[in-house]
Amino acid sequence: MTDAAHYLPEGLPAPALAEPELEAPYWEGAREERLLVQRCGACATWQWGPEWICHKCLSSDMRWTEVAPRGRIYSYERVWHPAHPVLKGHTPFLAVLVELPEAGNVRMIGNLLGDPLQDVQIGSEVVADYEHHNDATPPYTLVHWRIAQG
Amino acid sequence: MRGRTAIVGIGASTFHKRGTSPDSEFKLTLKAVLAAAEDAGIDPHKIDGFASFNFDRTDPSRMAAALGIDELRFANLFWGGGGGGAAAVANAAAAVIAGLASCVVVYRGIVQGPDGRYGDGRTIGAYGRDAAYLAPYGLMTPIQWYTMRVVRFMHEHGIARDALRAISMASYHHAQANPRAVMHGRPLTEQAYEESRWIVEPHHLFDCCMENDCAAAVIVMSAEAAKDLKQKPAYILGAAQGSEYRNQARVHNAPRYGSASFSSVGPRLFAEAGVTPADVDVAQTYENFTGGVLMSLIEHGFCAPEEANDFFKLENLIAPSGRLPLNTSGGNLAEAYVHGMGHILEGVRQIRGTSTSQVPGASIAFVGSGPMVSPVSDLLLGNGNTL
Repeated sequence: MTDAAHYLPEGLPAPALAEPELEAPYWEGAREERLLVQRCGACATWQWGPEWICHKCLSSDMRWTEVAPRGRIYSYERVWHPAHPVLKGHTPFLAVLVELPEAGNVRMIGNLLGDPLQDVQIGSEVVADYEHHNDATPPYTLVHWRIAQG
Repeated sequence: MRGRTAIVGIGASTFHKRGTSPDSEFKLTLKAVLAAAEDAGIDPHKIDGFASFNFDRTDPSRMAAALGIDELRFANLFWGGGGGGAAAVANAAAAVIAGLASCVVVYRGIVQGPDGRYGDGRTIGAYGRDAAYLAPYGLMTPIQWYTMRVVRFMHEHGIARDALRAISMASYHHAQANPRAVMHGRPLTEQAYEESRWIVEPHHLFDCCMENDCAAAVIVMSAEAAKDLKQKPAYILGAAQGSEYRNQARVHNAPRYGSASFSSVGPRLFAEAGVTPADVDVAQTYENFTGGVLMSLIEHGFCAPEEANDFFKLENLIAPSGRLPLNTSGGNLAEAYVHGMGHILEGVRQIRGTSTSQVPGASIAFVGSGPMVSPVSDLLLGNGNTL
């Protein structure tokens, strides 16, 4: 997608990194259209969102691993009420929670591209779509999802 | 814990629509505390402890000074949001049992002013922490965070949207009997519910709590001290707080996702109190949104998930004759949004026999605080026959 084709209007809050040392690799990966999640170097557990240690074995050897940008819809919602001024006149929109079977079923929040009134089925296969915000300071990229074809 | 303490007094301010209170948050809270002391028949100077939750802005030391209490011995704040009302009462009870204090007031006051509305996203340039992974996708408020859990739960168990409507209509039904309720005189029909606007599907407008300027307080003392006071004691039979394994794993990665967070807390509550869900006569369950109530009651064992479509019908949820009369004051949806404190007051009224929608002979009342958040908390209240 280009800057001119953002799913939600300009002016929504940008992501801020509360713990840059922990979180930056994911956002840098998204800039390069690579989907990164954490995997434990000690016990191979997948983990998302970013955390300093593995919740299973408590190792601090968390490694960023590129995963296939494919998943399936675990849950979703259609948002009608504009909870932020810039959303007025831009609802409804769809948000999805996507699980990544190839990465231990970790889940990510994104928007589901396409008709906001489309019928959404839990379990549908989806693929990632990168939305670049090049004019933001600093620039960032959001990971959206669209229904996989065929 | 069982039966060793009791709620001996309850008090509330007038319930105002959001943004319309003529009084400050502190003054409303003070009024609620004084009303609770009056209700109990105790001298406010004898209060010696305070407990609250969700970063309540009323400082207990200022309260102690304003009330001229003899000595402040206990001041306690529970983490989290709406999940803390029952826990604040439990913390007060624990302090009394441990001998840290003898007369503890639990309070919560809300006047929405300079800090903005709960229902709006904050208009700041960037969101950090978990919000960094949610807000840029338009998810900025509680209903947008939590509806995702409700949708998953309803999908897993095949629960129809009618269950949510029944929960909402039960609250509005009870509010019509309660002159204090903000929605008193504004009955809700099925048609009006269905025609109301969507907030976040499957939640309509009437599935969402109100926002109000209001305050409430309850006073906790030992069971022994309670015997000599004005009101019939509402004994604390059990209390539990917490949440299940990794409930708040970052960015919606809780293993048990379709959950109100009570799957481990509920069983601990009933085990401690020595009662079962079938013994409960009336339930007061915090509603941020009706979907949370649905999940909460199922996780507490009031009905099995596969029974939900039959259980969550209006006739089952209303006093005096329903299987489990629910939110009999109108609750957060239709009485006032006192952040769940209204539910505790109403649980006490049911035990006293003074509710405007009284369940005949009610001896055990369930109070649940804060579905879907973490930590959450519960109380079971009982009358003298339950000890």
